[in-house]
Formats: sequence, structure tokens, C-alpha cells
Amino acid sequence: MSAAADPQGAGLRAWLRSPSPASTWQARAQRAYLGWVAFRANPIAMAGLLIVVALVLAAIFAPLLTGSRGLDPDLPNRLLPPSAEHWLGTDQLGRDIYDRLIWGSRVTLYIVGLVSIIVAPIGLAVGTLAGYAGGWVDTVLMRIVDIFLAFPRLILALAFVAALGPGLENAVLAIALTTWSPYARIARAEVLTIRKADYIVAAEAQGASTWRILRKHVVPLCLASVIVRLTLDMAGIILTAAGLGFLGLGAQPPLPEWGAMISTGRDFLYDQWWVPTAPGAAIFLVSLGFCLLGDGLRDVLDPRSGEA
Amino acid sequence: MIEVENLTVEFGRGAATVRAVRGVSFTVAQGESYGLVGESGSGKSTVLRAIARINPEFGGTIRVNGTPLTSKRSRDEARRMQMVFQDPYGALHPRHTVDAILREPLEIHRVGDKDRRIKAALSDVGLGPEFRFRYPHQISGGQRQRIAVARALILEPEILLLDEPTSALDVSVQAEVLNLLKRLQRERGLTYLMVSHNLAVVAHICERVAVMNRGRVVEELTASTLRGGEPAEAYTRQLVSATEGYDREAVRGYVTYE
Amino acid sequence: MTEARLLEVEDLRVTFRTPHGPVEAVRGVSFSLGRERLGIVGESGSGKSQTGRALLRLSARNGRVSAKKMVFDGIDLTNASERTMRRIRGARISMIMQDPRYSLNPVVKVGDQIAEAYRIHTGASARKARDRAMEMLETVRIREAGKVYDLYPHQVSGGMGQRVMIAMMLIPEPDVLIADEPTSALDVTVQMQVLALLDDMVRERGMGLVLISHDLNLVASFCDRVMVMYGGRVMEVLEAGRLHEAQHPYTRGLLNCLPSLEHPQHMLPVLTRDAGWLEEAR
Repeated sequence: MSAAADPQGAGLRAWLRSPSPASTWQARAQRAYLGWVAFRANPIAMAGLLIVVALVLAAIFAPLLTGSRGLDPDLPNRLLPPSAEHWLGTDQLGRDIYDRLIWGSRVTLYIVGLVSIIVAPIGLAVGTLAGYAGGWVDTVLMRIVDIFLAFPRLILALAFVAALGPGLENAVLAIALTTWSPYARIARAEVLTIRKADYIVAAEAQGASTWRILRKHVVPLCLASVIVRLTLDMAGIILTAAGLGFLGLGAQPPLPEWGAMISTGRDFLYDQWWVPTAPGAAIFLVSLGFCLLGDGLRDVLDPRSGEA
Repeated sequence: MIEVENLTVEFGRGAATVRAVRGVSFTVAQGESYGLVGESGSGKSTVLRAIARINPEFGGTIRVNGTPLTSKRSRDEARRMQMVFQDPYGALHPRHTVDAILREPLEIHRVGDKDRRIKAALSDVGLGPEFRFRYPHQISGGQRQRIAVARALILEPEILLLDEPTSALDVSVQAEVLNLLKRLQRERGLTYLMVSHNLAVVAHICERVAVMNRGRVVEELTASTLRGGEPAEAYTRQLVSATEGYDREAVRGYVTYE
Repeated sequence: MTEARLLEVEDLRVTFRTPHGPVEAVRGVSFSLGRERLGIVGESGSGKSQTGRALLRLSARNGRVSAKKMVFDGIDLTNASERTMRRIRGARISMIMQDPRYSLNPVVKVGDQIAEAYRIHTGASARKARDRAMEMLETVRIREAGKVYDLYPHQVSGGMGQRVMIAMMLIPEPDVLIADEPTSALDVTVQMQVLALLDDMVRERGMGLVLISHDLNLVASFCDRVMVMYGGRVMEVLEAGRLHEAQHPYTRGLLNCLPSLEHPQHMLPVLTRDAGWLEEAR
């Protein structure tokens, strides 16, 4: 660990701590490094990160971690209790629950990723534009946001899926449509606090276009709070997806979606408790992981604590 | 260079209207430094902000280089006129490196040879190349204000609007920034319009000074009149007296001018 | 003037714990205060504000205050219990901060806040406190005191807010007032009027005043003695009237780099700092 024993590591550390960085990349890397140092000091946040990283690794290496894709029924071996061969037992069709959980992490990540990709840009775009432009643009955009905020999330998602037909993509779309509005509000609130700042005025005085100011000045400052909120919301998104799956409106069988696994497993809760419990624990663990990670990120990314 | 004629600025509407600037006129010649002094609420900053069109609504006419300004700022104006703000902590984007801050105007106006210009701008304001990739929170207040000056000058404008450029700085740093502003003006023949509440700072930089109170120009005088000779107006005399320090007897005689 | 020593401080140190290791903000400051106007002057980071705060044990939570001696009117402030400190704060040693708007409660009328300060320290009746608060508002030269009494902090201007703050701090008739840049947010003429008020308190009631400021000329024209600080240390202590005979290169440098109306200069001499200033006289 000592600097002398590991000259390359020491060189990297010196590069990351140099008071006068030699390039934009070094400056950014230093900033990220300082954030990481602060994040690392928070054990709870690190636990969250560990869970999320485990989820990602499970999704990537699913073929290596499992013996089957968990899709083919094997009726003679149905509802077996946990054993050396089937670590978490088998379900009502004889499929290995451990295999299904691992492959299910791909479904979960797919939902989480897709929702983030849709929600964050829409929320950011609407919120920053409303906040920066002000006037009637603000009024119109924020009333639209209010309309979306007024609907209960699961019910609106249900209505959407009912109209578009059940399926994973439609479930994702439904969740995204009901989730973006709070992001617009956060982004707008953030913009309102900075739009009168001298550095924005200075950019205007240099002749920067509205688009440029939004992209280069406003969005980078809102990004942190949106990312934090998104991470904290992940738990809710996963639960909503699981809820839709549970109601049979999300992922369709035989896709190993955790919510759907609980839904079909609940009939066996009293006699074969492991069937619904394993996916339930997985949902709980991953939701918790994202929550803890979000809390840790907030401490690091919050622009107000990042100064000084 | 700058001609301001009968400038008025009002905020709010109806009964709540505040007349921040009421009929202010002055002219600034090319290469001259002109100062606006006054206490808070005198409208001095509002005049500057109207010229920079940060407050786009104004009455009267403002001509720069003979061209009347419209309420919408054109992009070319930025190459002729730039502004330096009071608060060095608020004027630089917290997430941009010095390099990005200085590069922005060059990108907006599609000026080539960016790296050379950025290095030259840094050395012009007396900062070494080691500052180029630092973030604003990694440098001191005086250095930030130098960066703000460098950003304002990187497009090589003819006019610099200075809004209390040193009032947030320690006196020793203030001296450095004032010297920098003087040197740059001499080297480049810049025209300065400076706003400050500090009579000594304005008299140091500017040849002519307009004293403002309640949105009007009380009197216009040269720096040497301000220093030596008696200013004509009682308001100015009171301001000078207060600037010179505490005088128990003089304070008893202070009046509020409406 | 210094016969009755209100406050005696010897070797005051304030250290802050930070992620980058301990930072010494005040490094061995000694001074005494009589019934006089003492000015503490320095640039940002000189430790002048931390010196003022340490006297009332108002340093931030990660700060540690130590001193060989810190005595106020026979009370040892270094070992005083939190209870003793609460009795001293406000009642016997008051402090005025730079921006009044952060120091006043936004949802209580300014007059009531002054009256409350009086009641806490004297236990007077509500009626008496109100009368006294009204008198105090007049003392700080607020016209139409009755009207101002019923205003909320956001309804008063900066200058008036600062006067309200001063009234609130002065109503328990403290022996010592610590004023940390009390006027730097105000216009120069208002600034002078507020100072005249503090001046009266020192002259008429024999209060001891510590005026903390970055403005050398202001302090020199107002105070009896000036203590110049740099880097947490005292550079020198001078009679205010003889400031322009200052010996220390730091004080001289500060004086020279100020633009002056009387002595125009083309370029201002820039202050060159000497690391030795922080070492000497240890």
C-alpha cells in the first residue's frame, strides 16, 4: 500500500492530486476522484453501490453463473425445496429459481435502464426550458407537468398497459410516462435558483444562444440533482414494474421477471415458501441498494456541498 | 463612444412602479474612463445594466459608436462591449474550468487559434499557465476576478463595463486588480464605464465622474475637482466627507437627500 | 482609559478540524480591552472574526478554542460552564454580525424582538419591555419608532435592519459589544451614522467596544486603538491617531495599497507578504 512499493499507483495518485492539472481531462478526473474519495468514506453508500454492482455483474455474467436459462419446464422436479443442486429450489414448473433470479436481473436492469433513458432527458428538457424561458412557456409546460403529477402512478400505468396491451415494453413506457414529471419540477426549481446568477448573465453578454446556455450552463448544474433523484426513484420504478408484473400486465411468461415470479409463486406461499420469497428478497435487496446508493450520491454530487 | 441621452428605467407596473433611473444623460469619449458613483438605490448599476441590456426595458437612447442600441442585444455587440461583475464568486460557472470559461466566447464567435488566445489571455491578466485547468473553487477571489477580466477581454472589445469590480475583494487584492485595469487600458486604449460606491476607487481609475442619487445625476465632475476643489453640490460634499472617515461632528450634520 | 480592564486575553488560539487536517485560524492572540473603542483590522482569513467569536464561544462546531487567559470582569471564560456563558452572552457581552437580515427572526415583529431581548435579561413586564424597546428604537435614531416597531424584518431596509439589530444588542446594556463588520453592508453615510451611535454608547455608558473591520481608514478614524491582524497573528497594536506612523511592513503595505482621494498615484504599490511575519514573536 505504501507509495514506494507501488510507484505506478503513487504516480496516478499524484496525477489525481496535482494542484495544477494539465488538461481538461485531468481536471475532470480529479473532480471525479475527489467525489469517489468522499463517497468511499460513507460505508452505507458503499453497501448500496456493492448491491447495484452485484446486480449488474449478475446480469452480464448470467450465462456463466447459471446452468440453464430457467425457461424450460421440468415437471418431474417441480416445487423442490432448496438443495445443493437447486440452491433456491424449483418453481411450480420445475424451473430452477436461482437461474430465473439471475436471468431476471437482466429484465430488471432493462426496465431500470430504459426508464432512466426516457425519463431523465424529458424531465431535464421540460424543466430547464420552463425555468429558463419563464413566462407563458413556463406556465404551459408546468401545467402539463401538473396533469401528469395528478394521476396516481400505478393506476395510470395500468390504464396505459390496458390500452396498449400487456408486455415489458409497454410496461416500461407506462412507468416512464408516469415518472418524468417530478424530474421536470426538480430541474425547474434548480434553474430558478441559478438563472439570475452572474455567470448566466455573463454568458448571455457574450452572445451565447439560449440553446447553448441551457446545454452548457444550466443542464450540467441540474444533472446532479436529477441523477440523485433517479437513483432514489429506482426502488419505486422496480416496485412498480414488479407490481405490473404481479398483476400480469408487465413481462409475460415465461420471461423471468421478479414481480411475475412472486405473482405466480404466491399460491405456494404456505407449503413451498421459497417460491415467492426468493424473488421478493431480490426485489427488496435491489431496491434497498439503489436507495442507499442514491443517498450517498446526494452527499457527493450536491453542488452546494461540492464547493469549498 | 458611449452616448446616453435621457435614460429612464422603470420596474414594476401601475402604482408599484419604481423609477430606478430618471433622465440620465452623459457621454464617454473613446479611450476615456468614466465613473458612476452613488449609494445603493441611486440607480448607478441600473444604468450599467441597461447599457449591457441585462435589463432590456429602458426609455431614452443609448448610442454606442453612433449606433442606437435596441432592447435586443445583437451578437456582434459582444465583440465591442463586455462586462465585469462585482462578485467574483458568482461570475464564474462553478463546474467549468478556467479553460472552458475562456474558451466559451471564442466558440460562440467562432474565433480560431483558441489555445494560443487562452494562454495569452491568462498571461495578460498576470496568471500563469498552471491556472488554466483549475476550477473556480480552487482559486482565490482576486484570481477569479482576473479570470473574469480575461474572459471579458478575450474577444478584444473596445468598451469594458465594470460593475463594482473590486468591492468584494480585500484591499491588497483590490490594488492588484485596479493596477491590472489601468495597465490594460493603457496598453489597449480601452474605454471604461465603471460603477462603484467607493469614491477613492472611482477617482483612481476614472477621469470624469457622475455622482448619482435617487436615479438622477446630481453632478458631473472631473477626478481632480473631486479630489481637491470643492464639489458644487452638498450631496457630493457629504459623500466625500463620509468616505474620508469617521468625524463625529460631521456626522451630526448629515442629511438625507431625497 | 485602560485602568478598568473589562476583557483580558492571552495567547488565544482557535483551531479547526478539517478533512485536510487541522487549520489554525487564530494563533496566539493577546490583547486587553478597557472602556474604549478597540479596532481589529485584517484581510479575509486574518482570524479577526474568529477572534471575536471565540470570546463568546461561538466558534463553529469543528473549532477548538484555547487560551492561557481569557478573563471578562473576573470571570474565567476558558473554563466557564455553558450556563455561565449563556448568562454572559447578550446580557453582558453582545455581538453584532455583518448582515442583520440573517440575525433577525423573520416571523417576529422587529419591535417585539427587541422587547423580548430586554425581558429575557431583566425579567421586566411585557408593558415595560415594550416601552423600553420603543425608547431604544428612538435612541438608534429611527424616525417613527411606533411604526417601525410593528414591521417584520423583510419590511425594513438594510440600514434600518442594522439599527434594529444594534438596538436589540444594546437594550440589555452590555459591558462589551463585539461588532463584526457592523456597517460594511451599508452606504457610507448610514455607516457613519451607525458608528456615531456606537460612539455615544462608549462615551455615555462606558461600554467597551471591539470593532472588527477590513477598513483600515474607517477604524483609524473611529477607534482609540487598532490591532492589526494577519494570518491569525497580531502584527502590531497602535494608537489609532498614529496609524500613519505604523512601523510594521504589513500595516504600511495595507495603508499604501489603498487608493486615496488626497494622494493620487498612477499605480498602487502592491503588498508583498513575508512568511516571516507569521513566525516572529512566538
